[in-house]
Amino acid sequence: MRQRTPSTGAVVSAPPAAAGPVSLWRRSDLWLAFTHSPLALLAAFVALACLGGALFAPWLAPHDPFDLAKLDLADSHLPPAWLADGRAAYLLGTDDQGRDILSALLYGARISLMVGLGAVTLSVLVGVSTGLVAGFVGGAADAVLMRLCDVMLSFPPILIALLVDGVGRQLFPHARDLLAFAVLILALSFTDWVRYARTVRGSTLVERHKEYVQAARLVGVSRGRLLRRHVLPNVLGPVLVLATIQVGQAIVAEATLSFLGVGVPPTNPSLGTLIRIGNDFLYAGEWWITVFPGVALVLIAMSVNLLGDWLRDALNPRLR
Amino acid sequence: MLSFILRRLVQAVLVLLVVGMGAFSLFQYVGDPVSNMLGQDATLAQRDRLRDELGLDKPAPVQFAHFVGHALVGDFGLSLRQGREVSALIAERLPATLELSAVSAALAVALGIPLGVYAALRRRHWDAKLTMAVSLLGVSLPTFLIGIVLIEVFSVLLGWFPSFGRGATVQLGAWTTGLLTADGWRHVALPALTLAVYQLTLVMRLVRAEMLEALRSDYVKFARARGLPDRVVNFGHALRNTLVPVLTISGLQLGSLIAFSVITETVFAWPGMGSLFIQAVQFPDVPVMAAYLCLIALVFVLINLAVDLLYVVVDPRLRVHGTPGEGRR
Repeated sequence: MRQRTPSTGAVVSAPPAAAGPVSLWRRSDLWLAFTHSPLALLAAFVALACLGGALFAPWLAPHDPFDLAKLDLADSHLPPAWLADGRAAYLLGTDDQGRDILSALLYGARISLMVGLGAVTLSVLVGVSTGLVAGFVGGAADAVLMRLCDVMLSFPPILIALLVDGVGRQLFPHARDLLAFAVLILALSFTDWVRYARTVRGSTLVERHKEYVQAARLVGVSRGRLLRRHVLPNVLGPVLVLATIQVGQAIVAEATLSFLGVGVPPTNPSLGTLIRIGNDFLYAGEWWITVFPGVALVLIAMSVNLLGDWLRDALNPRLR
Repeated sequence: MLSFILRRLVQAVLVLLVVGMGAFSLFQYVGDPVSNMLGQDATLAQRDRLRDELGLDKPAPVQFAHFVGHALVGDFGLSLRQGREVSALIAERLPATLELSAVSAALAVALGIPLGVYAALRRRHWDAKLTMAVSLLGVSLPTFLIGIVLIEVFSVLLGWFPSFGRGATVQLGAWTTGLLTADGWRHVALPALTLAVYQLTLVMRLVRAEMLEALRSDYVKFARARGLPDRVVNFGHALRNTLVPVLTISGLQLGSLIAFSVITETVFAWPGMGSLFIQAVQFPDVPVMAAYLCLIALVFVLINLAVDLLYVVVDPRLRVHGTPGEGRR
């Protein structure tokens, strides 16, 4: 075991001169805790594997599930390759249109992750900036905002997402795919940003009375710069934890909407769409159409949730 | 004290008005009910007559006042899809959703509390750790996937439980119940379990956390020091003190049970309000959407109000300061 000085947390044996940002990160408490937690490593591995599979889907997938010309109805309803009627070309079997499940799954995960990350990014941007301003400015704007948050948090997010998505689809009935995705992402982040706004507002209220803020003010730092460069970095810790957990939630929410038939456009099936399609074939005994996308969804959601849980505990000094 | 209650009431009414405005604005922006009802081939005169009958030619504030006045007595007009009274449709579907939610809430509490106590008492043993790990799975699993897995295992493979509908129901006045027949209970089993899983894990984790807290407290240590048997200390002292927060949270979750039933009802073709809402969103049937939204808002506002008032009764400190909202969060 290496010795660590209690004051800085830096490793004594490491050469102090070569302290680039990477080696600083390697020597941080967070990294140390990470490499010593088998569960976190496993979760990170699974999450990265899913992310990699999704990112490189066009290169990894054995078939192109969107190329209608290459679909062959004679290849439909095939079980996974290891079962009696399975074929090696279709590792996880095919669906009713002869689409390769493995390829559809990789492309589906790509869409699920894209929508999930998009929704969280939008929520973080809106939530953090609103929370910062509300916490720093205070007054009537703050009061109104927090009332609004109370109202929004008292409703289940999935219901509001359902409604916003439903309304959005009616407003743009002939929306092309891109717009449909935009509506979906908006629907998912419609209530989510509130959580970030609340968290950031709370920490900003604490931070703004601290000495470094007073000092920066005395030196004449402008308000915008003060918020961005001084307060913001100090309130981001909880946001990081929240965002990690919310990525999992957003992916599940998107899958739920798609399962209910109001999520992504049918031309770009996500994991939820695949599960909905497969659900119709459960009674015919064709379990693979729905089970494999389901497993992929659970793997992604579980690993992200585990990472979020671990991050929360690791960043919480009281639990060390 | 009185001012606190009044303030909460005013807030509740404000929230309902805001939601009502949202519901009302649906009418302005979603679809054109006239062309939906009459189809493409209607003449202009037919359109105008229907527009007049539906009151769609009046200015928006007048329509909103009209809407609120009718909503107060539960009148949301005619469903665009089925041409029937929305209130009648909802009254027909309400018992199914309420029964499903009640059964799953009972299931969540009845299973969640013992499991949580078990996980807390044996916290260093592998079986309790396994329970906690499985509970994390319960939080991560999407509701619809749980439903599909249960259908696959218990309906398709084992054939124990039916996978859709309410089964045989009994009419009790205006209330149709499925809980008086064996067939009804067999039908409610899988949907109720699906809906309960999330709440169950929530209750279980909460009970465990509160129990661990209570087991560290001075009064439990004192009870042990007095030589009371473990059973009395664990259940008489520790568990009893964890029940107040647990029941509060469970009560607060009732609303989300009703809301989450949207998904469960779709998976199991359960003829409740949730599936009515989904159909309304897909159609789009604005009066039904608006009515459902207002009803859910009312349920949530009432639950929150009840919890706030209960806090005043339970916690005497709040009677002096009168701002329980701040301390609770």
